[in-house]
Amino acid sequence: MNRNDLGPMAVDRRDFLKFTGGGIAVFVTLKDHDLFKEALEQQRGYPSDFNAYLRIGEDGRVTVLSGKIEMGQGVETSLAQEAAEELRVPLGSIDMVMGDTDVCVWDAGTWGSLTTRVFGPALRRAAAEAHSVLLDLAAERLHVPRARLKAENGVVTVVGGQGRVTYGELAKGQKIQRTVRGKVEPRDVKDFTVMGTSPKRFDRIDKVTGKAKYAGDIRVPGMLRARLLRPPAHGATLKSVDTKAAEAVPGVVVVNQDGLVAVLHEDRDTADRALGMIRANWDTPQSTVDDTNIWSHFLQVAPTGRTAHEAGSLDAGARASTKVFEHTYYDGYVAHAPMEPHTSLAHAEGDHITVWSSTQSPFGDQRRIAGTLRIDESKVRVITPYVGGGFGGKSAGQQALEAARLSWITKKPVQVMWTREEEFFYDTFHAAALMKVRSGIDAAGKVQLWDYNVYMAGTRGSEVLYDVPNVSVVSHSSRDAHFFATGPWRAPGANDNTLARECQMDIMAAAAGMDPLEFRLKNATDPRLRSVLEAVAKLSDWKAGAAPTGRGYGIACGLDAESYVAHVAKVAVDKASGEVKVEGMWCAQEMGIVVNPEGATMQMEGCITQGLGYPLMEHIRFRGGDILDKNFNTYRIPRFSDLPEIHTVLVKNDGLAPKGGGEPAIVCIGAVIANAIFDACGSRVFTMPFTPEEVLAGISKPTGA
Amino acid sequence: MRATIHFRLNGRDTTLETDGNRRLLWVLRSDLGLTGPKFGCGITQCGACTVLVNGNPVRSCQYPASDIEGTEVTTIEGLAKGDELHPLQEEFADRGAFQCGYCTSGMILEAYSLLQRNPHPTRSQIVSGMNRNLCRCGAHKRIVEAIEAAAARL
Repeated sequence: MNRNDLGPMAVDRRDFLKFTGGGIAVFVTLKDHDLFKEALEQQRGYPSDFNAYLRIGEDGRVTVLSGKIEMGQGVETSLAQEAAEELRVPLGSIDMVMGDTDVCVWDAGTWGSLTTRVFGPALRRAAAEAHSVLLDLAAERLHVPRARLKAENGVVTVVGGQGRVTYGELAKGQKIQRTVRGKVEPRDVKDFTVMGTSPKRFDRIDKVTGKAKYAGDIRVPGMLRARLLRPPAHGATLKSVDTKAAEAVPGVVVVNQDGLVAVLHEDRDTADRALGMIRANWDTPQSTVDDTNIWSHFLQVAPTGRTAHEAGSLDAGARASTKVFEHTYYDGYVAHAPMEPHTSLAHAEGDHITVWSSTQSPFGDQRRIAGTLRIDESKVRVITPYVGGGFGGKSAGQQALEAARLSWITKKPVQVMWTREEEFFYDTFHAAALMKVRSGIDAAGKVQLWDYNVYMAGTRGSEVLYDVPNVSVVSHSSRDAHFFATGPWRAPGANDNTLARECQMDIMAAAAGMDPLEFRLKNATDPRLRSVLEAVAKLSDWKAGAAPTGRGYGIACGLDAESYVAHVAKVAVDKASGEVKVEGMWCAQEMGIVVNPEGATMQMEGCITQGLGYPLMEHIRFRGGDILDKNFNTYRIPRFSDLPEIHTVLVKNDGLAPKGGGEPAIVCIGAVIANAIFDACGSRVFTMPFTPEEVLAGISKPTGA
Repeated sequence: MRATIHFRLNGRDTTLETDGNRRLLWVLRSDLGLTGPKFGCGITQCGACTVLVNGNPVRSCQYPASDIEGTEVTTIEGLAKGDELHPLQEEFADRGAFQCGYCTSGMILEAYSLLQRNPHPTRSQIVSGMNRNLCRCGAHKRIVEAIEAAAARL
């Protein structure tokens, strides 16, 4: 049994009580709940003991403790809304404690748009149970049957009678710990007073005044800033190192132990300077694989593949098709490039260590640090202040390990704040990928065949979505295919699979002489998919016509984190230069019950704006393990001048529990821009990022029609 | 080279004894206890470290500490008057013109300087004025709207 299976069983419950002092603590477990079976399976290692935890203090304030972290997505506020709703307390009486391994419930990590759809229900049930406990206590205190009581704004009153008692009064002198099985149903959407509204974010004042603390803003007396010696390329080995000159700098501490070479000083400038004095010789392997030929390398090393989706038979599909289309789509490596570089401050004291970390996985950091230092996990506390952007890239925790090792060795508090060059070098990039599609339509414009092979992107977003009777989706993935680290990047792989599907649909629509929206609707019966397509058409005032119309409008749709999205893009293509300017983006998203509409909208806008990068400008240039793009001077990300007008709409579906919102609206951006480019100028582009050269080549030799 | 540097920091006379070749960003963050200016790229490309020197936005990650002698330095911590936020801060906060917040200090100070020079900028002037400040979360739309709203109030 591994640590994941144990979950928080390893945490002594008394630790929680010690922390809570007086008051009421409610733990909720959901493992017997059918409702959560699928969600819990998705979240490998989700605790089987308890899944949410909150406490009501003697002052009536409610503390919600969550292993999730806040990296800009706004869950600090939206989770508090969910707790306030079920507890019947004002939102302002909720205190959020997030990502602190000493006091929060174990959590694998903040990714996959799982916070709202998996942790949210657990939290709501914990709060609903707490509400129930409080009513029991009030009934006892007020000597009235529970059925006559009503709680509102943190106060229990007798309906049509005398008597009132506050939550704080009920919690006073109590030391109640309840572990419940989540049998109390959360409130119905029609009764919502806090969920479904858009209160101001909790972090707003701290973030506009500079008070918000990130890992790099934590100060411990005597702390040293560390710089580490880095190889010139991935795969390079250190032959020799000379640290003498650095050692001579007053106040500099040099560490050279088991491959870890670092200089530390109380100010960063001096550490920077000392690092520059280290002389190192490296053996660097040479490679001919680079960002221009990586895809043929993939085809050489790719494993046979694993079938992800299957239906009917490909032969039958080919026979039923009057037209068959074969295309290959390509994507390069993309950086996460959060504005905050990976940063940790580690403070070793005696036999234990505290690490403040910019991480999406505090419990992952804790496990890795304990393993590396060979100490018990209970001796490692990871605290997560605000995280300055993650997008999947702050899951590996390398900088936390580095800080922890250096602090353990030097017995001093040590801050490791990566330079931007380190950030690019050690990024767990979005993997380059290619997608091969063979598809066919019959004379009526119905898709009959979908034969799909994806290399390195994985299967997320590879659902066919449309009603296709003959399907084969095969994924070929191997981590060994890469020369450096790759990992999850906002909706991992879904950008690529959606690109291939939605461009291929457009190609088929054009060949059938049909409007691309009409073609999609003709092949889709999924009501949620249809609802977002229809909503985005309305929002953008979609004008039907077979592409290319010359107007520059494209459409695409997708599914991610159980939410449906559809986009329309308007582009202008300079037919002389091939330059593409995105002028407008429209997006409709259906995500079940919306906890915080404004927060969800901000995520959609963020996905759209960030999402302009991967299809239009972002890719990492490299040769073997040598990363050639090292900073923002050559790696261009979307900026103000790239900003199109953005319009969004949330499609109402209150019949469905809340679904994910952090990632869905980014998955279509590549496809919708490609389709808009085709509509503008008749050029089909297949390789992200789409270059003016590729656009121009397509204009002179139209493809896809 | 050790130097004694006299300047005003957020309205207060400040004296600093340090190597004048050090970067202003690290001096502010390590020696003067401020955390509003952020390290983002180290090569003046992202704007997270932006502070005002005599009202002009500078990238403190490359700005030599010795160059602040005799100047007035303003960081995000110095923009509010006591508890009263600057209209830009209020509009950024109320309109959700941030997500992770890491670029926000630099964004607000850059916008402050923009409005000092041009109190009623057009949208395209805002775009070009802010274009050297990077945000990865994609809050750009709301940042532009917040600056417009603040300009309308000033």
